[in-house]
Amino acid sequence: MASIGSVFEAESLVDLEFPMVPPADNRRHRIRWGRGLILWLAAAYFLIPIYAALHFSLQDNNGNFSLSPITAIPSQPGLGAAFFLSMRLAIVTMVVTMLLMVPTVIYVHLKMPRFRRVMEVITILPIVIPPIVLILGVLHASPLWLKSSPYLLSLVYVILAMPFVYRSLDAGLGALDVKTLVEASRSLGAGWLATMWRVLVPNLRSALLSATVLTIALVLGEFTMASLDLWETLPVWIVDFDQTNAHISTAVAMLSLIATFLLLTLIVSLDRSHSRQRRRNQSS
Amino acid sequence: MKTSDPSTTDIPPPSGVGGEVGGVRTTTGALARALRTSAPVLPFLVYVLLGLGIPTLVIINLAFRSDSGHLTTSNIHAITSGGQYLTGFETSLKMALVTSVVPGILGTLIAYAVSTSRFVTMKRLVATASGVFANFGGVNLAFMFVATIGAVGVVTSWLTRIGLNPWNHGFDLYKFWGVALVYMYFQVPLMVLVVTPALNGLRPAWREAAENLGASKWRYWRHVGIPVLMPSVLGSMFLLFGSGFSAYATAEALTGGTIALTPIQIGAYLQGNVISGEENIGYALGFGMIALMLASVIGYALLQRRSSKWLR
Repeated sequence: MASIGSVFEAESLVDLEFPMVPPADNRRHRIRWGRGLILWLAAAYFLIPIYAALHFSLQDNNGNFSLSPITAIPSQPGLGAAFFLSMRLAIVTMVVTMLLMVPTVIYVHLKMPRFRRVMEVITILPIVIPPIVLILGVLHASPLWLKSSPYLLSLVYVILAMPFVYRSLDAGLGALDVKTLVEASRSLGAGWLATMWRVLVPNLRSALLSATVLTIALVLGEFTMASLDLWETLPVWIVDFDQTNAHISTAVAMLSLIATFLLLTLIVSLDRSHSRQRRRNQSS
Repeated sequence: MKTSDPSTTDIPPPSGVGGEVGGVRTTTGALARALRTSAPVLPFLVYVLLGLGIPTLVIINLAFRSDSGHLTTSNIHAITSGGQYLTGFETSLKMALVTSVVPGILGTLIAYAVSTSRFVTMKRLVATASGVFANFGGVNLAFMFVATIGAVGVVTSWLTRIGLNPWNHGFDLYKFWGVALVYMYFQVPLMVLVVTPALNGLRPAWREAAENLGASKWRYWRHVGIPVLMPSVLGSMFLLFGSGFSAYATAEALTGGTIALTPIQIGAYLQGNVISGEENIGYALGFGMIALMLASVIGYALLQRRSSKWLR
């Protein structure tokens, strides 16, 4: 069971870089050709739908080029409310996840190393239990006051994000010498909170960032639970608001894809520029 | 938070692990110490119990209850004895298998092609794009494919111009293979994302060593490359299997709930499309999905043990 943990070796999205391999010599011309073919096919599969959707979202109902589907977006009823609901859910999910997971994972690393196996098994469970089944049980088991609040979704999203967040943090801590850091900090007189906040969290920057990215992407894109819990989050709104004008729906879909891409790129580049700066400071 | 309580964390117990037996004087003392050591983990465990354990138990319980609350196996019997529910499970399993094996292989090939490439910018771009596309699903994705290869999509019109309208040749975006084609859009990037770190483990030195010993490229892959990669490739494929088995939003948005997949049937149940006398069928379906996933986990673990045997 515990070996399943090895599934997630890509914990750190922010750190994900492909291995640097020295350029192969010219003898391998044949694979280079095969590689080119694979990459061109993949590019076609991933880019043509984007082109098609952009093309489609820039048309009016008669099929002529038009910007009206884009300009019509801000005035659609319910968009603002759906957007802010999704944002609030993302923030609450983020905060609860971090408060719950960061101290627990650090503590397990420091004091209960054997418990990591148990943690691995527990955090794989949200994958074994499909979200649609989980929401079925959650809706039946929750008390009414909780069921009437949208933040029930946030509490369940914490569970959904757990597999990714745990593995991200676990890998981040694995790359640190936590014991030495903590002992150094404690013997210099720092309390536990100071040690966490001023020593461990800065060192876990990359892992925390990738956990954040994954959690936010998950919350902003989650449709299954939100729609069955009858809350109109952004993805639910996109389906519900206007079944009659497919051009506007596609335009909104494309905007949310572009926004996610920009958000991820921004967060990744924030991390890069920070580490570059750090390197510069060290060398001077 | 729990870390602000110095009494539990300042003094490390001799063994460091709750329940460990080394150096224990009395059973009760050991128990107390184990409890004290593991106290900071309690919030996490309670959260998982409330958020995951209890809902699961509720589903299992209700799967075996009749409408009036008596213990019964009739729900289970109803979903396993033919009809639309059994078809749903079969289609879901088939979908999970198709959308884990095919994207698994393609994703590994792409990840390998990218990781051995010389272009650093492309590596970065593919890494970020994989992160975005792997999380891209549901409604947005459905709209995108309708615009691409729906009845009036862009690619459809291209193909029609050369006389190959796929809709006239048995293709239907809203049936099994159409949905499978759409699922690949997030499954392939997910595979690239999870299998890339494993490709780091494939050291160039091994290939050089194999070449120096006179191995052909095929023999290198047969005896070194594939055996080393197999456990992580299988693990990643299992993740895709789970994601393909439980995907709901994409199929629901694309087909409007007309395809017979178990998640769609559970969704229909939750939205109130219930025949009277079958009110707990939805829970039985949920129980069935959990049981099938558990069986897959066990199958996967056995496969994993076999494939990683010689690495030990």
